[in-house]
Amino acid sequence: MGKTLFEKIWDAHIVKTIQGGREVIYIDRHLIHEVTSPQAFSGLKQRNLPLFRKEKIVATADHNVPTLNQHLPIKEPLSKKQVDTLIQNCKDFEIPLFGLGHEKQGIVHVIGPEQGITKPGMTIVCGDSHTSTHGAFGSIAFGIGTSQVEQVMASQCLLLSRPKTMRITVNGKLAKGVTSKDIVLYIISKLTASGGTGYFIEFAGEAIKSLSMEARMTICNMSIEMGARGGMIAPDTTTFDYVKGREHAPKGDAWDKAVEHWSTLYSDEDATFDHEVAFEAKDILPMITYGTNPGMGMNVTETVPDVPNVKSLEYMGIEAGEQLLGKEIQFVFIGSCTNSRIEDLRQVAEFVKGKQKAVNTSVMIVPGSKMVEAQAKAEGLDKIFESAGFELREPGCSACLGMNEDKVPAGQYCVSTSNRNFEGRQGPGARTILASPLTAAAAAVYGKIVDVREYLN
Amino acid sequence: MEKLITLQTTAVPLPIEDVDTDQIIPARFLKAVTKEGFGDNLFRDWRYHKDGSENENFVLNNPTYSGRILVAGKNFGCGSSREHAAWALYGYGFQVVISSFFADIFKGNALNNGILPIVVDGNTLDAIFKKIESNPNTQFDLDVEAQVLKVEELNIDFELDSYKKECLLKGQDDIDFLVSLKDEIESFEAQQVIF
Ligand code: SF4
Repeated sequence: MGKTLFEKIWDAHIVKTIQGGREVIYIDRHLIHEVTSPQAFSGLKQRNLPLFRKEKIVATADHNVPTLNQHLPIKEPLSKKQVDTLIQNCKDFEIPLFGLGHEKQGIVHVIGPEQGITKPGMTIVCGDSHTSTHGAFGSIAFGIGTSQVEQVMASQCLLLSRPKTMRITVNGKLAKGVTSKDIVLYIISKLTASGGTGYFIEFAGEAIKSLSMEARMTICNMSIEMGARGGMIAPDTTTFDYVKGREHAPKGDAWDKAVEHWSTLYSDEDATFDHEVAFEAKDILPMITYGTNPGMGMNVTETVPDVPNVKSLEYMGIEAGEQLLGKEIQFVFIGSCTNSRIEDLRQVAEFVKGKQKAVNTSVMIVPGSKMVEAQAKAEGLDKIFESAGFELREPGCSACLGMNEDKVPAGQYCVSTSNRNFEGRQGPGARTILASPLTAAAAAVYGKIVDVREYLN
Repeated sequence: MEKLITLQTTAVPLPIEDVDTDQIIPARFLKAVTKEGFGDNLFRDWRYHKDGSENENFVLNNPTYSGRILVAGKNFGCGSSREHAAWALYGYGFQVVISSFFADIFKGNALNNGILPIVVDGNTLDAIFKKIESNPNTQFDLDVEAQVLKVEELNIDFELDSYKKECLLKGQDDIDFLVSLKDEIESFEAQQVIF
């Protein structure tokens, strides 16, 4: 019987199977950042263990870093201590660090792909749930806890039970103004925030295949928001074209061999999944969320449904039956590992070119990495943002989780391109409405929630 | 990691569904570089008002309820992979969490820190909530070896894979095991083709 994409990669990484069916899985790439690594390093030191394969680890500082004046020392003492601890650990253990001031610093899930560190067929982990982003390249990528970070450091392996597999197929073509963010918000709204629990998801179908790598990453990034272990998409020429020529991509002969191998990475026709779901692209419209988990989403023209989770609507100051079109918003955040890549910034710039943000709306735009920032500047996007009144910041996680100073004030509505609308996620009392970069850009210009399709020519 | 073999205690009810890791431990408390002190900020934004005063309506501030078991609504621990959520629960004093559904990463993180997540069906969960409601001193009696949790007349058999059970009973974690496989891992590497 044939194998799924997931099974092909997983099986190629089994070191050993143990009692109870658990498997020891070899990890090809380990990404680390300042928040979930310090306790792992101290655990290693306490046990007096060396790093098993230091060359397989890459580090960056992203969650805590300020997005203004990154050349100055970090003001917030606890953030500074975490970032300094990472710097020291990377020195002690000889790990390459894309720290503040480095021309390639950025959000961990943005820098891996853009430097060609992320490649098809790999197993990739990071102490961060959105590691699923890297699955867009046809790799098995997933988030792990700090104990597991320590395990990978000590052995380059993890002891895992095999997840179930699910395939989500999106047939047909997307309508204008509908983007990959809308696809994934739509899927989560249908399957709920826990509908993917226990599964590793493969996304397939014409609507997925037609997407760029950036757009595919957005979908895999949010696969975790339905509780899935991760998401993945079979690699194809779009994938190979993206990887080719990047710093860590194979070169010459090695490239040809790699592509030959990567081209075998797809789910065989007779492979079976534990669960299959299909959607039609034509049913998908621009999406927004109205509640406090990413499953509480609807298309912009709908009215808020009656939900059992009343507490959630209370927190949001939103009522069942209310239409959110035209609702005033005070804040727009464009950034996070979901939507802070160059393509996202280009899309936003194209929409706002020649327009102005609404007077009562603050707009923060935070590129995913220094490389994205440099590219945006090279293309003159910074000028477009400046004249529209959008504040272009320096790279980091920023208001996605509000660990640094970038927070949405309590009670304010924020249309955000990030991935989580949990209570307090963007700051205590902040009210997050998740949306695509395009919908966020339109909200910024009109100061309210609009159907972006009406403003596209 | 501490051993968990048997436990006799009362339980704290939290009948809320989809409790996410941002509620268990808000992101602004993730700045520590050690594992200590997280218990103080468990459910921080539910436990305290903005001015820092206690929210009397939140169950952890209600002296009627106490114990080393947390009983929570469906889909507990969804959201991020932060292990700090497990450290916060453990730091506060919980050794067992009961729910009808756990998020995957949370479950793994809990087990790696000596916290036992027990999955029960929806009806059993309701029955447990009712018992605690009618008598906050309801005794819970856990036997990890036998994989049984007794709550008065309820005898709940729960699943626990044999490897993880060993770990809990012995207070061992995965690292000791993985490090012992060095030779096998190296021979895997030797035959792996890398692109
Ligand atoms: S941008 Fe947000 S979701 Fe992504 S890694 Fe940073 S904090 Fe996590």
